[in-house]
Amino acid sequence: MFRLDRQDAGLLVFVAVITLFAPILLNPFAEGSAMAQFNAGYPDLMQRFVIFAIFAIGFNILFGLTGYLSFGHAAFLGIGSYSAVWMFKLLSMNVIPAVLFSVIVAGVFSLVIGYVCLRRSGIYFSILTLAFAQMSFSLAYSVLTPITNGETGLQLSLSDPRVLDGKTTTGALPETNLFGVAMNDTLSVEALGRVWQFSAGYYFCAVLMLIAFYISIRIFRSPFGMMLRAVKSNQQRMRFTGLNTRPYALAAFVISGMYAGLAGGLMAAMDPLAGADRMQWTASGEVVLMTILGGAGTLLGPILGSGFIKYFENIFSKINDTILHQWFAFLPDGLENFVVAVIYPFVGKGWLLTLGMLFMLVVIFLPGGLIEGAQRLRKLFARTPTGAADRRAPASKPAE
Amino acid sequence: MGILEVKDVSKRFGGLRALSDVNLSIAEGALHAIIGPNGAGKSTLLNVLVGKLLPDTGSVTFAGQSVLGRQPHQINQMGIARVFQTPEIFGALTVLENVLIPCFAKRDGAYRLHALEAVRDETAINAQAEAMLVDVNMQDKRHMLAGSLSRGDKRRLEMAMCLVQEPRLLLLDEPTAGMARADTNNTIDLLKQIKATRPVTMVIIEHDMHVVFSLAERITVMAQGTPLVEDIPARIKGNPKVQEAYLGTAHA
Repeated sequence: MFRLDRQDAGLLVFVAVITLFAPILLNPFAEGSAMAQFNAGYPDLMQRFVIFAIFAIGFNILFGLTGYLSFGHAAFLGIGSYSAVWMFKLLSMNVIPAVLFSVIVAGVFSLVIGYVCLRRSGIYFSILTLAFAQMSFSLAYSVLTPITNGETGLQLSLSDPRVLDGKTTTGALPETNLFGVAMNDTLSVEALGRVWQFSAGYYFCAVLMLIAFYISIRIFRSPFGMMLRAVKSNQQRMRFTGLNTRPYALAAFVISGMYAGLAGGLMAAMDPLAGADRMQWTASGEVVLMTILGGAGTLLGPILGSGFIKYFENIFSKINDTILHQWFAFLPDGLENFVVAVIYPFVGKGWLLTLGMLFMLVVIFLPGGLIEGAQRLRKLFARTPTGAADRRAPASKPAE
Repeated sequence: MGILEVKDVSKRFGGLRALSDVNLSIAEGALHAIIGPNGAGKSTLLNVLVGKLLPDTGSVTFAGQSVLGRQPHQINQMGIARVFQTPEIFGALTVLENVLIPCFAKRDGAYRLHALEAVRDETAINAQAEAMLVDVNMQDKRHMLAGSLSRGDKRRLEMAMCLVQEPRLLLLDEPTAGMARADTNNTIDLLKQIKATRPVTMVIIEHDMHVVFSLAERITVMAQGTPLVEDIPARIKGNPKVQEAYLGTAHA
C-alpha cells in the first residue's frame, strides 16, 4: 500500500484508525460522571495532540536519524505561526495558503540556521541552535515588534486588508476556514445515548499529521534515511566512503524545520494568534522530551511521546486539592489531609514534577523510550505462544 | 610512472620533522608495504595521502591528478579507499546496510537526495551488496548489527565496504593491529584472495613482519620521516640499513 511494506502499511493504518476515531476513543467516560474529567476528546486538546505529533515526527527525523540534538526547534514553530497569521491578515482566512506559507518560511529559516549550526556537531551544535532560538525569541519581543507585535502577540484585526476575502468581513473578526468550513465547526452526533463531537479543525490537523507520518515512514525506509542513520553512526566512515555528511544533515535539518513550521502554522490556523512565547527554549525542550520519552529513532515513538505528554499535562494539571479531597474522603480526616498533602505537589501546577520523574524513569530504565517498553512487554507475553508455535512447526511439515 | 606518486613531501609539527623529502612511487596493481619503527612517519604519510593532513611542501598525485587540498570524500571519489587501524564501520546499522551505503555512494558520486525511494526497491544495488557479502563470506551475518561483530569480522566487513566501491587504490593502516593470530591469518588470506581476484592496487602500512613478508610484493622501509630502502621482500630482510633502523647502530 502506498509503496510501503506490510509492516509499515499496518503501522500507518493503525495510526490512521486511532486518529480518525480519537473523538470517540478519547471520550470513554459519560458526561457528568466522576471520571468525565479524564476525557481528552475535546477539540482543543485533540488538536494539540496531533499538532505536537507533527512537531515531534519532524524533530525525530533530525534527532532520531542523524543524532543532531537541536535545542532550537521551537523557533521554527514560532516562525510558522507568525507566517500563518500574516497570511490570514494579508491574503485570506483560508488555512491552505497560511499553512503552505508557514512551511516555506520555516524551511527558508531552517536552511540559514542549519547551514551555520551544522558547521559544528555534538554539544556545540545544540548550543548554537539554542542561541539562535533565543535570539529569535528576543528579536520577536524587541526589534521585530512591527512584524510580531511584541508582547501582545500578532492578532487579527478588522482593518486587515485580506486581499482575497476581506470584503466579506463585517462587524466581527472572521474565522479561519477551509473553503468555507470553519475550523471551529463541530459536528454533533447522537449515538449510544451520548453526544459525540467531531471538530473540523481536528480532522484537518489529523489528515495533515497522517500525511506527515507517511512521509516520515518513506524517509526512514529510503536511501536518504539510511544515510542519515550512517551519519549518526560514523561520520568518519561516511567521509571515507565518498559522502559529504553536511548536505545530508542539512537536508534533515530543513525537513524537520518544515515539519515544525507546519505545526506552528496549524496552531495559528486553529487559533489565529501568534506570540513569541512559542519560540522559548522551554518549547524546544518539550519536543526533545516528547521524542526521547516516546523513543527517538522509532517511527511511532514521537507520536506516542507527544500524546503522552500532552494528555498527562492536561489530566494532572486539572487535579486540584478539592478533587483530591473528594477522592480520599473515605479516609479518616487526619490521614486524608496527610495523603492529599503528599500527592498535591505532583498534580495541578506541580505536574511538571511528575513529568520530570517519569522522564528520569524512562531514560534510566527504558533508554529506547515507551516504544522499548512496549516491545519488552510484547516479548514477555509472546514468549510462551511463540515457543508453542515452534514446537508445533515440525509436526505440521508432513502435511505440506 | 606509478598510479600514486609522492614527490618531495615534507611535514613539520612544530619542531618535529614528521616527514622529510619523501619520494615514493607505487606501481599500478602492486601490493606495496610501508614498514618502519614507531615514529618513522608512516601514519603521517597515510594521512597526507587521504587528505587529512596537508604537507608543507611537495606534491601527491593519484592517476595524474593532485590529491592535495581535497576533502576526504573527494579523494575517495577519485578512487582511493581506506581501511583504518581500528575498523571504522557503521556500528548501529546491519551488516548488509553497511555494504549498501558504499554502493549508493558509488552510484551517486556526489550528493543526491533519494528521500522518497525505498532501499529495498533498488534491486541492482541490493544484489551488488549481497554478492560482496558472499565474496567475504559474511552472507549469514547480513542482518546482524555491525557493532556486535568480532574484531576479525569487523575488519572483514570494512574491507568489503571498501572493495564494493571498486577503488583503484586501497590503503590499509595496520589491518591486523590488535588481532589474535587466527584472525591475523584470516586477514592475510582475505588480502591474498583480494589480490588474486581484483585489479586493485594496495598500499599496506604494517608493524607485523609476519604479515608484511607473507603479502607484500615490494616493501619501503621508513625511518625518521624518510624512506630508507625500497626493494622486494627477499632483499629487505638482509639489508643492513634496515637492521640498523630497527635495532639501532650498536647491533649493526
